[in-house]
Amino acid sequence: MTAPAIANAALDEATTVAAFPAQEPVRATRDSRPLRLITCGSVDDGKSTLIGRLLWDTKAVKEDQAATLERDSSGKQNDLGLPDFALLLDGLQAEREQGITIDVAYRYFSTDKRSFIVADTPGHEQYTRNMATGASTADLAVLLVDARVGLLEQTRRHATIATLMGIRQFVLAVNKIDLTDYDRSRFEQISHEFKELALSLGVRQVTAIPVSALKGENVVYDGRASMPWYDGPTLIEILELATTRSAQTVGFRLPVQRVSRPGESFRGYQGTVAGGSVKPGDSVVILPSGMVANVTKIVTFDLVRNAAVAGDAITLVLDRQVDVSRGDVIASIDSQPMTGLAFDAQLVALQPEGIQPGKRYWLKSGSRRQRVQVQPASQLDLKTGKWNHADALPMNAIGKVHLVFDERAIFDAYEQNRTTGAFILIDPDTNNTVAGGMITAKRAALGGIHAEESRVILSLPADLADQLMATELFASRREDAEIRRVNAGKAAEIIDSIDG
Amino acid sequence: MPHNHPETELHNPQSAKPPLDPHLKALENEAIHIFREVAAEFERPVMLYSIGKDSSVLLHLARKAFYPGRVPFPLLHVDTGWKFREMIAFRDEMVEKYDLDLVVHTNPRGAAESVTPFSHGSALYTDIMKTEALRQALDAGQYDAAFGGARRDEEASRAKERIYSFRTPDHRWDPRNQRPELWNIYNGMIRKGESVRAFPLSNWTEVDIWRYIQAEEIPIVPLYFAKKRPIVERDGMMILAEDPRLELLPGELKREEMIRFRTLGCFPLTGAIRSGATTLDDIISELETATVSERQGRAIDRDQSGSMEKKKREGYF
Repeated sequence: MTAPAIANAALDEATTVAAFPAQEPVRATRDSRPLRLITCGSVDDGKSTLIGRLLWDTKAVKEDQAATLERDSSGKQNDLGLPDFALLLDGLQAEREQGITIDVAYRYFSTDKRSFIVADTPGHEQYTRNMATGASTADLAVLLVDARVGLLEQTRRHATIATLMGIRQFVLAVNKIDLTDYDRSRFEQISHEFKELALSLGVRQVTAIPVSALKGENVVYDGRASMPWYDGPTLIEILELATTRSAQTVGFRLPVQRVSRPGESFRGYQGTVAGGSVKPGDSVVILPSGMVANVTKIVTFDLVRNAAVAGDAITLVLDRQVDVSRGDVIASIDSQPMTGLAFDAQLVALQPEGIQPGKRYWLKSGSRRQRVQVQPASQLDLKTGKWNHADALPMNAIGKVHLVFDERAIFDAYEQNRTTGAFILIDPDTNNTVAGGMITAKRAALGGIHAEESRVILSLPADLADQLMATELFASRREDAEIRRVNAGKAAEIIDSIDG
Repeated sequence: MPHNHPETELHNPQSAKPPLDPHLKALENEAIHIFREVAAEFERPVMLYSIGKDSSVLLHLARKAFYPGRVPFPLLHVDTGWKFREMIAFRDEMVEKYDLDLVVHTNPRGAAESVTPFSHGSALYTDIMKTEALRQALDAGQYDAAFGGARRDEEASRAKERIYSFRTPDHRWDPRNQRPELWNIYNGMIRKGESVRAFPLSNWTEVDIWRYIQAEEIPIVPLYFAKKRPIVERDGMMILAEDPRLELLPGELKREEMIRFRTLGCFPLTGAIRSGATTLDDIISELETATVSERQGRAIDRDQSGSMEKKKREGYF
């Protein structure tokens, strides 16, 4: 991926980099939504210590919890006389026994400016699924590396998963900087490498911070005494300034959760606005039926509302009797979601059975649940970033799949809408959640072309062929294609010679 | 950060309340979403109602979620028989005021075998009168979903609890084998006999609860406010001494103290704190400077490290 201008701009600021837009001088106040973030890194990178430090220095840990800690850590205190923070976090006994974090845990802390929800996920390779789970709701990812070690393969893996799940703000915490004698050039080298990695994934909001989680430097309090060369923000300052995702600029979407009919005189459609906004008088379409109506009222418990925006849990009243039931989507008439029987998606396989070709699953998206047949097409190699052909997806695989429905499905692309573009797959045999997925596009109905074993000969202008061959899809199945370069006359001759 | 679209909210002229700040609004929206989803997906939901502050918030959110309809499921109170007197009075007042369906269950073994917190110790007593009683009540009602007010910030083992927490037919929770939960898409598919516990307050903290109670003017049991009350000191806790069943042990002295409770449960197992907080403002500022967690006053959490996880595996809420 090339974005030279941006890349240079970002790399020039290799030490502190504030990719956070300078035109956003307004500091977040307590009047903001909680920031949801995910922390990625391994036990060795000091992730538990970093989160423990955040909780400790923002006073989210109370004395009795600290006492439990000290009782539990039985001599495992670190050299600063602080308790072992990892014990504070690794709440389940199973983890304490194994010494690793085996599931997603959520932590809460706040400053006087904002509150934060941290999805704490394990760094071990086999737990991609947990990271995907934590990343699904996160606005920002904190990636952790050991300053002595630098970027690892898993750093790329974590950054890739975070990007796939829709995260567009990264913080790189270069931890244990104290163990490098606060080596500035080391820090700059690592942050430079990471920014290149982030840019290759299309993420431009990147900040790198030299940190000692153990000593509490540049986490909540600045580390100027040890690192006079660093005058950038602390981790908490970055988190206070980060933006939360909002789906308010896209078309109005209300996935209907339930129909409220407390009496004959009232009929309202209850749900959480999943995109855009709505006000009385707006014309809306009910999908999949396609019926049209106008909004007359937005009912909530205590406010007379003249509009509702993404995130609001509301009850919508329409001006006419239309057939609306749970699972339907009420959408703005001039900006409708895609409806169809076939879609392309990316997904993360979450269970040991993986995703089997052609198997029928339940798909749940918003409040809509329907049967779907899933056909894996390719799998992402997290080491190289390449998509390779795949017929099935094992646990922890990230794959591209084709979805085929019996009844019409309703989606936006995940890029456009993180709510109406997301889904889970449920195995009808176990009822377990086996995948989390993101819609990439609606699939055109290629009637006839799709039959087994058949091939298609296209004659294209060279520039168009170049573009098609540059796509990921093509690259992933390059070996299935035969290509010859010929002139226009020869192409016409060949095509004509084929019996239609 | 700009204010959350003030132009979209016209104030109800009858209400003197200012609109919620975006932080509480986001938490409220999430909780309402969960309430509606469970009510729509399950056949027989029930709401666990413990009468405490979290339950009060839960009830308020349920009323909001289903407005203008009434709350479409019953409330279940597992009554050990040892709750604070003021809790029971408050419960009955709420049921009357908000036109709620209430189911009260007490484990018959309590009376039959004279199980009390004094005779059986907190661990066994809790197991019989709370955990076992809850299982009995859920089985009797054939409930397939039960709302609870648990928050992830309460205790270490809760931090990994899902919003839809799957339970086997014998109500067990397997922390190592939880269903992944992505976005706000919840998997409510279960077999007959299985159930889920649903936690709409998962992402709330204790301060959020209090700020929301204040903003929404939600009624709570008066025991949360400081007042001069009779207490005795036992096992390092201050216990309310107004129930005649509380027998003073040798050396124990009843005295008056200005106290309040941060959590409410069974009075013999719930420690009070010294406090002058008589208003919500006082409570919130006390909390913001508090140095101990709310569960510190709970005898049942202190038995041993990891004790909550054990109780949860066995079916405690």
